[in-house]
Amino acid sequence: MSGCSDCSSCNPATVVEFPGSQTASKAVAVIGPPNSGKTTLFNRLTGLHQKVANFPGVTVEQHTGIAMLPDGRAVQLIDLPGVYSLSPRSEDEQVAHDVLTGQRAGVAKPEAILLVLDSTNMGRHLMLAAPILALGLPTLVILNMADDLQNRGGRVDLEKLSVELGAPVALVSARRGQGVDRVFEFLAGAMPKPVPKELPILQDVPKCRQWAGHVGRQASYHAPAPPKWTRRLDAVFLHPVAGPLLFLAVVVAIFQTIFTVAAPSQTAVDWLIEHSGKLVASVLPAGLIKSLLTDGVWKGVGSVIVFLPQILLLFLFIGILEDSGYLARAALIADRTMAKVGLQGKSFIPLLSAYACAVPAIMSTRTIENKRDRIATILIAPFMTCSARFPVYLLVIAAFIPNRPLLGSFLSTGAAAMLGLYVLGFLVAVITARVLKSSILKSGRTPFLLEMPSYRWPTLTSLGLRLLDRTKVFLVRAGTIILLVSVLLWGALNLPYTNGHPPEIASSLAGTIGRTIEPVIRPLGFNWKIGIGLLTAVFSRETIIATLGTIYGMDPEANKEGLQAALHHDLSLGGAFALLVFFAFAMQCISTIAVVRRETGGWKWPILQFSYMSVLAYAGAFAAYHLIGR
Amino acid sequence: MGSKKRKKARSSLDKDFRPAHTEIEMQLSVNCDLPETLPASLVDLRQGDAAILEGIDLPTEDARRLMELGFLPGMQITAGRSAPGGDPQVFQVDGSEIALRRETARRLKVRRKKTVKPDPKPRA
Repeated sequence: MSGCSDCSSCNPATVVEFPGSQTASKAVAVIGPPNSGKTTLFNRLTGLHQKVANFPGVTVEQHTGIAMLPDGRAVQLIDLPGVYSLSPRSEDEQVAHDVLTGQRAGVAKPEAILLVLDSTNMGRHLMLAAPILALGLPTLVILNMADDLQNRGGRVDLEKLSVELGAPVALVSARRGQGVDRVFEFLAGAMPKPVPKELPILQDVPKCRQWAGHVGRQASYHAPAPPKWTRRLDAVFLHPVAGPLLFLAVVVAIFQTIFTVAAPSQTAVDWLIEHSGKLVASVLPAGLIKSLLTDGVWKGVGSVIVFLPQILLLFLFIGILEDSGYLARAALIADRTMAKVGLQGKSFIPLLSAYACAVPAIMSTRTIENKRDRIATILIAPFMTCSARFPVYLLVIAAFIPNRPLLGSFLSTGAAAMLGLYVLGFLVAVITARVLKSSILKSGRTPFLLEMPSYRWPTLTSLGLRLLDRTKVFLVRAGTIILLVSVLLWGALNLPYTNGHPPEIASSLAGTIGRTIEPVIRPLGFNWKIGIGLLTAVFSRETIIATLGTIYGMDPEANKEGLQAALHHDLSLGGAFALLVFFAFAMQCISTIAVVRRETGGWKWPILQFSYMSVLAYAGAFAAYHLIGR
Repeated sequence: MGSKKRKKARSSLDKDFRPAHTEIEMQLSVNCDLPETLPASLVDLRQGDAAILEGIDLPTEDARRLMELGFLPGMQITAGRSAPGGDPQVFQVDGSEIALRRETARRLKVRRKKTVKPDPKPRA
């Protein structure tokens, strides 16, 4: 291949055959600094043969994949987190260090390393080569972004670099596929141990940089010209006036699309689930199994799958923003505003998308490297008024607040109440963020660092794989918990089973629970029927409408007027306000709880979040009920 | 608001002026050809200004993190664009562009390059 030279240490004639070559696979780690194009290369090498999981015990995501060699053998690739060094300080570095030294339980020590560096910034990126080569594992040094290097007039002598590092070197463009066959050659070959000419003292950063500079000079490295287009685009995107305006335009476009495009596609998914459910129901004989499948499993899992259009859309946007390099600029522009509540610029996009749905928002907090900032963002995201609260607000407001013009034709009382609820959620989120960031999630004085990558065109492959990735993560991980809870809730609504018939909701286990908790919710102005509604709303918020519909014995869709009238029997005006405040604050969403558990790597944070939000919801509803009057 | 600002400016002038002006005079007489080597930090750089990093006044761990990103003593740093309001600001260092908040940039002490105009304050 052009752009890559042969090196003495890599000889295809000495291919070592592994016993049972069809099944045995060596494990090879892929490592590199952030923005080195490591993930693009990993995608290029493994394609669809990928698996995502968390490293055991930590929140760092582990991507493993299979690279199929031309000779039919398979090599297992482990994509390690992007790190600047191997000194274990952050969780990411700890994981990378432990995996490479074979100290991480559950992950086999890799037999070789693919070190991915940005060839346009070789001086600094070579600093990571020192600790990697010092490990003594067979290493291929991959200089990525060869296309950029050549376009901008940079040069490097690969043979000399290979001699200097004592390891094979490949010049690759992972985006274009140029030079990737050299990586396959290395994986198929003998993989010799590296013998670098000299290595610096690893603890000494200036010494490491000096060493990297020396190696670069020996390899006649000629740094490329500054990225012209990046400077030009930044003149617009970071312009004092045009920059913030474009930022606002991007934000509004994302928000608007998630709301307008996701809603109909969500209805379509809903329709699919409903009709496939009916199809299943028509095949099965009436009875417990049918009820469990259609009411429990189908409705429960369906309540998760309806989020998919929103998740895919949001991740498509975030993918484009991140891969193009704009996300870093957006974070820069938003940083000052976010800093006022103790957060940082990168929290902005997740919080914004939480207005559509907290689930994809929480998944998108992965772009925040600072763990404390990330957890704070996850904890406040569910306060943003998500689209599931909307139908509940709509129903209660329509039933209890007479729609009168407030500001001429601009604002009616109903719209004002709705707006008020949005503001209420936002304010509580801001206050919570401040409290968290000044107490348990205090970041100390860790400096905020944000690398501005060069602008690049996002590739379809990487966007596609990203969407596939998130879909899998969401469906598999969140889906299992939701399935379990769905079945439990179905049980509560259908037990005790007498004479082959499920009980009336009032006398079911759920009804009994509703009556049991009535004394607790009585001070909020709720009776046991609302109680059952709250209980089932733990599924997802809008479920309360369906539940109340069932309790009142009517189809909630066909008979909204009836439901509104029926609500008046069970709620006073104060109770209605209490219900609205309760919904604004409470964590009534299994999907969110499941995703928070997954993203924070344990039950500690979701339990804290659930308790905090519940206490707040209770106190808020109590205050609303007693202030507005019974 | 306006009067408050003026007051502040005056008081800072006084501060610079009052304590032993002979001392300042002596210093100036010694280093009169090098006003640009007066201690400065990254926040003092205007967009396009370049300076040499002298030291990082931060805890070891934080300083290491910055050094790994290229903020090494002796490196040339050029101030780039910033978010509206000037905070955070992008700095070009060692082939990359890194944004720092003012609170961090203030801790990075620099020596201005001699090519920079002696008095960089009034921007042409």
